[in-house]
Amino acid sequence: MTFLWAFIVGGGICVIGQILLDVFKLTPAHVMSSFVVAGAVLDAFDIYDKLIEFAGAGATVPITSFGHSLLHGAMEQSEKHGFIGIAVGIFELTSAGIASAILFGFIVAVFFKPKG
Amino acid sequence: MDKQPLNEQNFENAVKSYQPKPSYVMNCIKAFIVGGLICVFGELLSQMYIHWFDYNEENAMNPTVATLILLAALATGFGVYDKLGQFAGAGSAVPVTGFANSITSAALEHKSEGLVLGVATNLFKLAGSVIVFGVVAAYVLGIFRYLWSLIF
Repeated sequence: MTFLWAFIVGGGICVIGQILLDVFKLTPAHVMSSFVVAGAVLDAFDIYDKLIEFAGAGATVPITSFGHSLLHGAMEQSEKHGFIGIAVGIFELTSAGIASAILFGFIVAVFFKPKG
Repeated sequence: MDKQPLNEQNFENAVKSYQPKPSYVMNCIKAFIVGGLICVFGELLSQMYIHWFDYNEENAMNPTVATLILLAALATGFGVYDKLGQFAGAGSAVPVTGFANSITSAALEHKSEGLVLGVATNLFKLAGSVIVFGVVAAYVLGIFRYLWSLIF
């Protein structure tokens, strides 16, 4: 059942992105940036956690979850360390994604030839 | 239409009939299916990590995202992901795999300029905006949330 909801919610988020691309003529970079901000805003009101509980990877795989994780890590640390904690925790949950994106992106760029 | 000469005023209209019409519905269906399938694959991976590798619901996201990024980087290297992107549009750009694709393709594109000035400098050329906007938004909202928790 989680798989079905992951498909519907994940697909639905992509459809919103496609509408922004086609109808509002945004570039993919604009769409991705707005989605990250949207994820952070949804997390500020504790909505995104409910979506993850409900749809699993349907909510964690789209780029909106990047904004959610940024704010989530920041809030976790700010409970312990106050204002400094926001800066300490902001990359706490997303470091796996960013570190692996840098590593794998670099390795692929070194060993593969550009196509097309 | 072909009687009157082309000028700046009627150029837009004259050219319109030659431009391909984007089929909104079809594009949305493609984006829905491809994006949905990537998320289902992510769910499958996270179930696998929970089942076999002692992760729990909360931290299974980390290896799942890392695996998806690895696969997307490889697919970009082989030139497969860009073909998928042409077919699926936002369906392949919005999931985290699209983030990995933008990093890898920007680095590959500038490979001829060398490792430091080409690959490393351009790695975040496209993905940088995502990180900048994400961090700025999360920082501002984090301050608000913290102040809110102090007051109440």
